[in-house]
Amino acid sequence: MADYKEIITRYKDLPGGIIEAYHAIQKEQSYLPEEAIIAAAEVFEIPVKDAYGVATFYSMFSVKSRGKNVIRICESAPCHIAGAADVVAALEKELGIKMGETTPDGKFALEFTECVGQCQATPVITINGKPYGDITADKIPAILAEYK
Amino acid sequence: MAEEMRVVLRNYGKIDPLKIDDYINAGGYKSLEKARSMSQMDVINEVKKSGLRGRGGAGFNCGQKWTFAYQAQADQKYVICNADEGEPGTYKDRIIMENDPHSVLEGMAICGYAIGATKGYIYCRGEYPYVVDILNTAIAQAKEKGVLGNFDVEVRMGAGAYVCGEETALIESIEGHRGEPRYKPPFPPVIGLWGKPTIVNNVETFANIAVILEKGADWYAGLGAPSYPGTKVLTLTGDVVNKTFVEVPTNTTIRQVIYEFGGGIAGGKAFKAVQIGGTSGGFIPASLLDTQIDFDSMAAIGATLGSGAVLVMDETRDIVDVVERIAKFFEHESCGKCAPCREGTMRMHKLMSKVNQGKGTAQDVALMDKLGRVMSVACLCGLGQAAPSPVLTTIKHFKADYDAKLQ
Ligand SMILES: Cc1cc2nc3c(=O)[nH]c(=O)nc-3n(C[C@H](O)[C@H](O)[C@H](O)COP(=O)(O)O)c2cc1C
Ligand code: SF4
Ligand code: FES
Repeated sequence: MADYKEIITRYKDLPGGIIEAYHAIQKEQSYLPEEAIIAAAEVFEIPVKDAYGVATFYSMFSVKSRGKNVIRICESAPCHIAGAADVVAALEKELGIKMGETTPDGKFALEFTECVGQCQATPVITINGKPYGDITADKIPAILAEYK
Repeated sequence: MAEEMRVVLRNYGKIDPLKIDDYINAGGYKSLEKARSMSQMDVINEVKKSGLRGRGGAGFNCGQKWTFAYQAQADQKYVICNADEGEPGTYKDRIIMENDPHSVLEGMAICGYAIGATKGYIYCRGEYPYVVDILNTAIAQAKEKGVLGNFDVEVRMGAGAYVCGEETALIESIEGHRGEPRYKPPFPPVIGLWGKPTIVNNVETFANIAVILEKGADWYAGLGAPSYPGTKVLTLTGDVVNKTFVEVPTNTTIRQVIYEFGGGIAGGKAFKAVQIGGTSGGFIPASLLDTQIDFDSMAAIGATLGSGAVLVMDETRDIVDVVERIAKFFEHESCGKCAPCREGTMRMHKLMSKVNQGKGTAQDVALMDKLGRVMSVACLCGLGQAAPSPVLTTIKHFKADYDAKLQ
């Protein structure tokens, strides 16, 4: 388990730095556990409810545990008409889970996202923030293999 | 054949974005030096005279905005570059930052000098961690060279919230809060980040500044459409042959964008609709394709230029289905601060789903039309105000598509 307090304390002197601190935690373990949110409240000297409020406002942060590698499928209109639904079906089949779930081995989580700004290559997915464009069902196994 | 005009992307492909010397050899940071030899008011007047209007969507006169922050008295002021770029179908700010980060830094530093700010922030969306790295490299190089003088720039990351592109929500987010828009007035140039006068401008707006000071306001004012001069970087998506970005003068027509730059409709199909300005933009039918893309011409047809996203749909596309998807986007992205948007986007999505599933009636469509018109005046921020636009414009221009799905 990462030392949340140590990670968060690096951002203590950055005004408004709680969002940067949360990014740093998620880099280590893909979601924000309750202890990390409580630690952030202490470090930034704000009520826990506010630290929690920030954590739940932003879609890139998760307060629930999720797979180590977060796969996000863009469902914004340009990706939607380029066949995002087929990408969803292919990923669900390949991983044996539904959108919003994590694989039993804890390796992958599947989520929707809105546009990630790579719309020259719709449909688009990202894995841990790294974009992959022009996705078709047959490209998926090779991409996932990078993370296995 | 219309041609691209690269003003914002003047260094695209010509310099190595990670080498500050390349930028300097291409004339970079000369405009900042020039600005510093001028009075603050002269710099602002030059920008004002150029007619440059914000490229983030609202189209406010840039120099005018700077005047408000210049006139405000404060011990500290801030310059913020809005790199949140959340409007679906838009990636032009990424192209600018990836290929010429110093042009943005130089624009910000000129603004800082003009209004009397020594600190700048770039608020970059969390989906662009690789752009954050480029920006930090550029900032480190600029510091090492000393080109920015006493102007300091810091990058802050968003975390996936479309509303944070709204300037006061963005300010809340930099302050480490939930990104909920503030009540306006007061506007940021008077009371902004940490209560201090703050200029928020879009990436593309800043990328225009150095070239305006270099070539002069009159030169710039002569480009494109007189009421919204200059160029616009557009991103073409959907059923066009060339899914790419282009930079064109603002008097280019939508038809030229789609057929000359975009290469026409893919697969030899016929055109059906185009949505410009991102997901909050209006849908435009074939009969209006000869409209110029500039801010005022678009407003005159009930559409927007917005972020410059151009989503083209061919004859096979199900407009009602696309608009339902868009309605879901707004329900998801509404921050929940005001009731007309929080409840309105949810109701709108429910009604759109009902109609799309073939369960809707003419009354449902009439209700959506009414709800949309209420939202566009009653919502607190631009998100809720613009959210109904795709619904309203498709009911107006593509009524037959709705009728075909009604009970
Ligand atoms: C919901 C919403 C999202 C917005 N997103 C962006 C954005 O991603 N980038 C941007 O520059 N402006 C965005 N804006 C506009 C900003 O509020 C602001 O007008 C702009 O940053 C001002 O810069 P400009 O004058 O250079 O255009 C958004 C506005 C709203 C209401
Ligand atoms: S209009 Fe929507 S996004 Fe804007 S303040 Fe109201 S609830 Fe929030
Ligand atoms: S619409 Fe999917 S990446 Fe932009």
